[in-house]
Amino acid sequence: MTLLKEKKIAALFRRTRFMRQRVYHSRHPFWVMVQKEVMDSINSWRFIILLGLMLLTTVASLYTAMSNLRSAILDDTATPFVFLKLFTATDGTLPPFITFISLLGPIIGIALGFDAVNSERGRGTLSRLLAQPIPRDYIINAKFVASLLLITVMILTLGLLMTGIGILVTGIPPTPEEFWRIFFFLLVSIVFIGVWLNLAIMFSVRFRQPATSALSGLAVWLFFSLFFSMLVNIIVEATAPAHITDVTQIIGYQGFVQNLLRISPSQLFSEATTTLLVPTIRTLGPITLEQAYGAIAGPLPLGQSLLLVWPQLTGLTAAACIIFGLSYVLFMKQEVRSRS
Amino acid sequence: MVKENIIELKELTKKYGEVTAVDRLTLSVHRGEIFGLLGPNGAGKTTTILMLLGLSEPTSGKVKVCDIDPTFQPLLVKEKVGYLPDEVGFYENLSGLDNLLYTAALNRIESATARQRARDLLELVGLTQRAVDKVQTYSRGMKQRLGLADILIKEPEVIILDEPTSGIDPEGVRELLALIKQLSRERNMTVLLSSHYLHQVQLICDRVGLFVEGKLIAVGPIKELAGNLFKNEPILLKAEAEPVDDRIISIIGANQHVARVEQSGNQLLIHCREQVSAEIANIIVSHGARLTHLSQHDYGLDEIYHRYFEGGRSA
Repeated sequence: MTLLKEKKIAALFRRTRFMRQRVYHSRHPFWVMVQKEVMDSINSWRFIILLGLMLLTTVASLYTAMSNLRSAILDDTATPFVFLKLFTATDGTLPPFITFISLLGPIIGIALGFDAVNSERGRGTLSRLLAQPIPRDYIINAKFVASLLLITVMILTLGLLMTGIGILVTGIPPTPEEFWRIFFFLLVSIVFIGVWLNLAIMFSVRFRQPATSALSGLAVWLFFSLFFSMLVNIIVEATAPAHITDVTQIIGYQGFVQNLLRISPSQLFSEATTTLLVPTIRTLGPITLEQAYGAIAGPLPLGQSLLLVWPQLTGLTAAACIIFGLSYVLFMKQEVRSRS
Repeated sequence: MVKENIIELKELTKKYGEVTAVDRLTLSVHRGEIFGLLGPNGAGKTTTILMLLGLSEPTSGKVKVCDIDPTFQPLLVKEKVGYLPDEVGFYENLSGLDNLLYTAALNRIESATARQRARDLLELVGLTQRAVDKVQTYSRGMKQRLGLADILIKEPEVIILDEPTSGIDPEGVRELLALIKQLSRERNMTVLLSSHYLHQVQLICDRVGLFVEGKLIAVGPIKELAGNLFKNEPILLKAEAEPVDDRIISIIGANQHVARVEQSGNQLLIHCREQVSAEIANIIVSHGARLTHLSQHDYGLDEIYHRYFEGGRSA
């Protein structure tokens, strides 16, 4: 009888070996956690939906770009950067790839982060995790690293996919400079989505209900994409100088308006990415006729473009770090009680 | 043989703002015993447990678990202590086995060893047949048993169980408690469990500590506690009569062996020092009332509980 039972159990465990079963490749608990988070995400519907959305974006923007590539090249004979047009060309009906990313990026970030901590709490797994011999910050760090890893893979895949299909369809390979520009563009996209990911993680620490934290994330996103420019307009109208006395005053004022707009991560992102993908952009600030006079229209070299958007890049990274720091502090100070 | 103290608390205090959750708690738990923390909800049991694990910092006082201070070296303590929170949760989309393997990996247990241990433990808690099913299909009792396997996979010296029996049916409770007892005896493991169910605690605990409003008001084996508490009035009589009036009560109360009389409707609870049921029956009948019930009661845990908590509040 017991022998039969033994056999049964042995058979069951043999069977499980062939079933989907998790094997952790790292010995270090932190990487075990990262691995688990990544596996969880990849197996979830959420990720599949996001991936589908992004693939759709790629196809749609490729289609727009392809159909407008000819006219875009004819319009602009000054630049030799044909390949970059794939990411920016549009006929006005469908937005190009960069606009898609600035629109969907926040959604991806929020979707991957909004239930990071509160779902652990809600399921009652947080206190069980905390009872294991791992430092407390591993939990939030692992979640961040895992999500960022997924975003990186996703964005790089899409970017390279676009490049690949672009080469196939147009028959034009990208020049090394174009390749690096695309690479830096993808890097900025990852940082940009990282900002929203961190914001969502912060809300997930702060709010106990995943729905509340998702909604808060979406609210911030809506605020910046819909109402923020309106708000800036109101401020601009209220503070506009009544009498313009000289050029420096108006330039200063223009700079002030621009800096206001730059509070929004999307603004920083679009400035950074357009500069990277449209090499003919030479400045982001106001420019006088005097300065423009005599300038030879031509593309900037990559180094100069990078230099131009360095503040934007720093700003985005700083925003991501600050928000993550906030959620870190919030999380570390939070009282551990099961579920409540 | 001197018993080795595996958990030592000295003057432990935890305050949340103005509220004192745990008030100057001094307690020691010996190696290999099953110790029950008893108390109503909000008595400070969970707070104490969190401090034992270093998950919460004490306001003042000292904690030592396995000779380690959990406030400063929580990781070392967590390697030796298994903690099963109340309402334990698992990753519902993973199988029971995967959940165990994850915990094992977090404890740096090598994968082959982890599989072997997971297999043995699932067998021990009777979940082998369901090992590869997702946890979302498990019942409450099964999750609790999986929780037990989960804390045992790191082979701890001490296990701490917070309300391990809440929400499980009576048969499940019996099995779980038997399992805990077996583990403690076979592996010489120290068990600290908190509960507000006295009857269950009584079944397996070597010693209990009674908690009321953050204070430990009594420690010892249950029998000893009961003996101390009721030594002045060891007999409880329950009588029912119709009609019951104040005159009867005052006459019964006047009896030299009767300590106290409590009335609820037609029911009288008479605490007395000697067996005086004959006299009481006599009094009731001679007053023209109809005696419908008269019996002697043993003090159960409910009475101990009730008595202690009443005492704790008034003190």
